[in-house]
Amino acid sequence: MTITPSIKKDYLVNLAKNGKRADGRKFDDFRNIEIEVGVVAKAEGSARVKIGNTQVVAGIKMDIGEPYPDTPDEGVMSTAAEMIPMASPDFEAGPPRENAIELSRVVDRGIRESKVIEFDKLCIVPEEAIWIAFIDIHILDYDGNLFDAASLAALAALHTTKVPIERMKPVIEKLAEKFPQAKEYLDNHPNDYPLPMQDPPVSCTSVKFNGVVVMDPSLDEEEIAEARLTVATDNKGDIRAMQKGLNGSFTVDEIKKVIKASTDNGNKIREQLYKSVGK
Amino acid sequence: MKSDIKLFENGKRLDGRKPDELRKIKIEVGVLHRAEGSCYLEWGENKVLAAVYGPREAVPRHTQNPLRAIVNARYNMAAFSVDDRKRPGPDRRSREISKVTSEALENVILLEKFPRASIDVNIEVLNAEAGTRVAGITAAAIALVDAGIPMKDIPVGCAAGKIDGQVVLDLGKEEDNFGDADLPIVIAPRTNEILLLQMDGHFTPNEFDEALNLAMKGCHDVSKMQKEAIMKKFEKEAN
Amino acid sequence: MSQEKRTIVIPSQLLGDVKNNKAGSGTFVENGKIYSEVLGVLNKNKDFINVTPIKGRYDPTPNDFVIGIIQEAMQSAWLVDINAAYPALLHVNEVPWDVDFGETEKYLNHGDVIMAKVLSVDQEKKLNVTLKDRNLYKVKGGNIVDVEPTKVPRIIGKKGSMISLLKKYTNCRMFVGQNGRIWIDGEDEGVKKVISTIEMIQEESLSYGLTDKVEKLLKKDAKDVQ
Repeated sequence: MTITPSIKKDYLVNLAKNGKRADGRKFDDFRNIEIEVGVVAKAEGSARVKIGNTQVVAGIKMDIGEPYPDTPDEGVMSTAAEMIPMASPDFEAGPPRENAIELSRVVDRGIRESKVIEFDKLCIVPEEAIWIAFIDIHILDYDGNLFDAASLAALAALHTTKVPIERMKPVIEKLAEKFPQAKEYLDNHPNDYPLPMQDPPVSCTSVKFNGVVVMDPSLDEEEIAEARLTVATDNKGDIRAMQKGLNGSFTVDEIKKVIKASTDNGNKIREQLYKSVGK
Repeated sequence: MKSDIKLFENGKRLDGRKPDELRKIKIEVGVLHRAEGSCYLEWGENKVLAAVYGPREAVPRHTQNPLRAIVNARYNMAAFSVDDRKRPGPDRRSREISKVTSEALENVILLEKFPRASIDVNIEVLNAEAGTRVAGITAAAIALVDAGIPMKDIPVGCAAGKIDGQVVLDLGKEEDNFGDADLPIVIAPRTNEILLLQMDGHFTPNEFDEALNLAMKGCHDVSKMQKEAIMKKFEKEAN
Repeated sequence: MSQEKRTIVIPSQLLGDVKNNKAGSGTFVENGKIYSEVLGVLNKNKDFINVTPIKGRYDPTPNDFVIGIIQEAMQSAWLVDINAAYPALLHVNEVPWDVDFGETEKYLNHGDVIMAKVLSVDQEKKLNVTLKDRNLYKVKGGNIVDVEPTKVPRIIGKKGSMISLLKKYTNCRMFVGQNGRIWIDGEDEGVKKVISTIEMIQEESLSYGLTDKVEKLLKKDAKDVQ
């Protein structure tokens, strides 16, 4: 296990008292963000995102399956994040532990609850067959702030996803033999087409240590963090998802400040996202 | 599963390659920040990433060998790397490949220098298109060099096979699915010793010899590329 | 110093044979031939062929000065992370204080930083360190930066020339551990300067004229500030 030397914490705390961070950033600044899409040909959509040295790949695979009973004519999604051993000397092989599970669920909620994917447009035969979107996030290099890197990679991948009509044609044609709705669906969608998406909320994560709150924590800052707050905001400036983590606390004032900074940074990141997916 | 596709016609394969031609290979050394050694490799449409940590104390303690280091290689395919999404987590195929990979690497690493330690090798397949295990080991070998692990050779892998009765080098996806035989190997190129060998399908003894020769030649060609990629990265640093 | 290129060699590269040369560090012999065992720089010394690794784990040698981080306080010893393949043991007999059995936590705890010396390395690579030396102590203040252990000689420089430059132009106190950890203390700006200069030294460690280049850079920055 990597140990954080105690003098490092003191060093970062002292810098913060003077309004500084170890890498020279302002409290609300993000590190350099790189977004590259279409990196995995086998996936229906994919993206590689770097925030500083943190690097993540997200891949979208689509399959046809049965809908949930309470939403018979809507598609579904599922999100899984894997903190694979190569990303950090402290990550162990094995089934996802709580950190990976929390990461998966937070990224999932940011997309699902804000209806970024238009699920009502992903129905082939009501009650029988709908599209499932699998979002798989592979953490490759951990240097702080997995929440934002993972979420951004998932969004960039989704925005370039094509519903795989051609690959799944045999399945749809078989459905068409039994169900006229499937035939109609195939007539309306004869080829691969872009996944129907809405404007995405963008997540920004901050951590607090010694009374100071900084955005886009570096690895060192995360290691001494007492509390963490992720806020996802949309293009109207509304708040769509939040998650507070770790066992420290935030004041109401701090939360409000974080929301404002998240909205500002969220807008900048959204612009970069649009550029990289060709919007 | 046999199909009606003709895999080999008029001296050309489906993708236009000649029988002894390799797919295109691209190599980048030292691509990750946290891992001590790393390598990103593209082989045809395959995209693999290999990372090395170690030597470090082997855990759990009962796995420690008091005389030498152990090699833990973990081969894994990302869920999105194949046509039909693969459930995350090691399946039996991945675990078998991890085992034969560890064994191949143990042969060339100077393990006695690090008693009680483990050398942890991670191979992630991001995009799969036949031949992932040899691509993975070839990348892992480079990652080991990048991590400064002492070795007596740099292992390299390549596969040969048989399609429509013709022995060919480096099977592509359809060739792997519908071909007659598949022979992935990993060698220590300095001594031509074979560190990994698996075969399935049908070879006559002569065909096997032909395929093995072809695969070894392929290995040597790829070995050149490994060494060039490593030299390119570190010579740049030196000058 | 001559401007010949540094020769990079890789594992399994043929370097010579035992008839004409002696196999030095970083090499192995097979069938009378000498090969490199690591990625490194070739250096021939008299008739010894040596390879100096460019990268790799810190390999502890007795008497090395190292910067350690306490992992665990046990009953009569501490487990110390010295950035080697294994943690090192610091026994209560090897510290300048009188520590009662079970009282180790009163003196050193998880996360504390120490300047220590490697005492012994045995066959199984079990490591022992000591704090019993005038120059050794528990560290207070400052920050720690990690570097490639193989680059430490470069950062210290010939007879300490490089580290002297850094201290002079930044007014920082510095200590370079053989194990690739560097302790720095000083004004914020000075510490930042040291860290960025160390990064540059690491990237260009194999090139020639580095000390002059670093001196020029530090001089220029000092002038700019004035």
